[in-house]
Amino acid sequence: MTDNRFFNRSEFIGILVLAVFLVVILPLTLDVFRLNLVAKYLTYAFVALGLVICWGYGGILSLGQGVFFGLGGYCMAMFLKLEASSVENTKIQSTPGIPDFMDWNQITALPLFWKPFNSLTFTIAAIILVPGIFALIIGTAMFKRRVGGTYFAIITQAVAAILTILIVGQQGYTGGINGMTDLRTLKGWDIRPDHAKVVLYFFEVGCLFACIMIAQFVRHSKLGRILVAMREKEDRVRFSGYSVANFKIFAFCIAAVFAAIGGAMFALNVGFMSPSFVGIVPSIEMVIYTAVGGRLSILGAIYGTLLVNFAKTSLSESFPELWLFGLGGLFIAVVLAFPNGLAGIWGDYVQPRIERLISSRKSKPAGWTDSSVADGAPAE
Amino acid sequence: MFGDYSIGDLGSIFVMQGFAGLILFSVYVLMALGLAIIFGQMGVINMAHGEFMILGAYVTWMTSNLFQSYLPGLFAGYFFLAMILAFVASGALGMLVEWVLIRHLYKRPLDTLLATWGLSLMLQQAYRSVFGAREVGVELPQWMLGSLHVTESIEVPINGVFVMCLTVLITIGVAYVMYLSRWGRQVRAVVQNRIMAGAVGINTEKVDRYTFGLGCGIAGVAGSAFTMIGSTGPTSGQLYIVDTFLVVVFGGAASLLGTIASAFSISQTQSTLEFFMSGSMAKVLTLLAVVGILMLRPQGLFALKVRK
Repeated sequence: MTDNRFFNRSEFIGILVLAVFLVVILPLTLDVFRLNLVAKYLTYAFVALGLVICWGYGGILSLGQGVFFGLGGYCMAMFLKLEASSVENTKIQSTPGIPDFMDWNQITALPLFWKPFNSLTFTIAAIILVPGIFALIIGTAMFKRRVGGTYFAIITQAVAAILTILIVGQQGYTGGINGMTDLRTLKGWDIRPDHAKVVLYFFEVGCLFACIMIAQFVRHSKLGRILVAMREKEDRVRFSGYSVANFKIFAFCIAAVFAAIGGAMFALNVGFMSPSFVGIVPSIEMVIYTAVGGRLSILGAIYGTLLVNFAKTSLSESFPELWLFGLGGLFIAVVLAFPNGLAGIWGDYVQPRIERLISSRKSKPAGWTDSSVADGAPAE
Repeated sequence: MFGDYSIGDLGSIFVMQGFAGLILFSVYVLMALGLAIIFGQMGVINMAHGEFMILGAYVTWMTSNLFQSYLPGLFAGYFFLAMILAFVASGALGMLVEWVLIRHLYKRPLDTLLATWGLSLMLQQAYRSVFGAREVGVELPQWMLGSLHVTESIEVPINGVFVMCLTVLITIGVAYVMYLSRWGRQVRAVVQNRIMAGAVGINTEKVDRYTFGLGCGIAGVAGSAFTMIGSTGPTSGQLYIVDTFLVVVFGGAASLLGTIASAFSISQTQSTLEFFMSGSMAKVLTLLAVVGILMLRPQGLFALKVRK
């Protein structure tokens, strides 16, 4: 690839189709309740997007994305919770002006680390920086010592376990197992009514596309190609003079920040945040979304997230017993038969036929498709 | 923190918490032994390991019910039969899983993680459908109830002592199989150099299958022992899986001795801390310490071979 554009023609069409789907078709066809559900699913799409870069391109499987999702979500929720617990709203408490769960746990003053979250600017900075720096620390500690692969996966999983236990255990400071509920306003603007949900949905889709653009840029830049090279033969990249650890740390951090943005969107759109989105099980589910959509495909990850969540909601509503069998089976099937997920099926079977139909006279291939990367073919 | 207790009390506390830690240690060792074989020797991340353990626990529960209804006279000894059945059931399921699933994934260790996670979801749901969502507990035979009075202030439960003795025996058995038997040599040969092992006439596929089966079978025995000290539910296995992986990684993945040492240090730290603070903070501090040490010493306590 010699062009350094954000995307080639087929990717541009793909992004356009996704944009039309999310911005036009879904809002027109779904009622507000369902649209809010889609908004909830899309928050996981941020995580899946990060995993495409980190896992699909960098080959670093993190089983702790729930940690970053949770950190972002809790930062946002802390701001919203503080606004919801103004002195007027919490008159009946023994200490007015602090969040209700603190009052229930006999805490009489706002803890120090809560205080900065009175400011929206600080909160937005924290949503990006707290998970980013946390990922930087973990990544530096692990990758500089050349810990990778399965060891990294297990350690990130342990971090997810630690954070969950910590949040659940420190009920007075975090709201415990119930999390932070009853979030009401953002700078005085009520986030609960239907029109606010629609506005928030569009805001979220906007952020998602910004993240998609960043991901596209990373992928098509030299950085993205080094990541792929590193995944395929780490030692050769190291011998060529690149600092493998720094590239891995970068990929991990960007995945963490994406996940954190998703978490913040979750707190805004769904109106609460709880440790059940932080732990090991949600973290692995987020990996499932990416795997189903296709770990090498930016757009595939988003479709995969939507699809798995739609299936989860509709199946677990009507056949709660079957759902876990379905999810488990889907997972095994994806790993065994379709390692590149939906995007792999699309790229291998559907897209070539469509292209043959549309442009039978053009003989040149469509460029750098996902499947060619998957087969280990050189990118050039 | 220590002010309210006399020296003698503190001594008893440490002994009894230490003993509680030893029971936790037994569970960790039993689970981690199977995992150390599967993960350490074969490099497969088996996220369904907890579910294999729970299968053993359910087999034990069923055996105890059978004995209660049909052979009440022999109830005192049901546990030994249950343990063998648990080993066979989990081992057989393990070999089936290896044949259907794992053998296609040896070159993609991270994918074994995902696939076995899917398997664990399915097994959990299967347990829920078959045995119900409620936790079940087995009836202990008479001789396992009660406790031993070591001194006036120190007493230890008999079922705990029994589980510990069992752990020691199983550990010795596994060490014998892995390091002294002909089959164990074959396993280690395959791990060290698969192609050469195949070239000298070892049936590597068969060794893989039996190794995986052995690891799962030991998990089944762990589940069997687990029923002596706790109740069993469809998701009980998941609670221990991360701890167990940490135990194995902390010990140095390929080393059985390391696994035992790390299980001992983790369980003792946790149960001693548990007395002085809430259970959750004790767990957080223990896990943090383990993760912190792993960041400084990624190869674990006892590293036998160079990681790739």
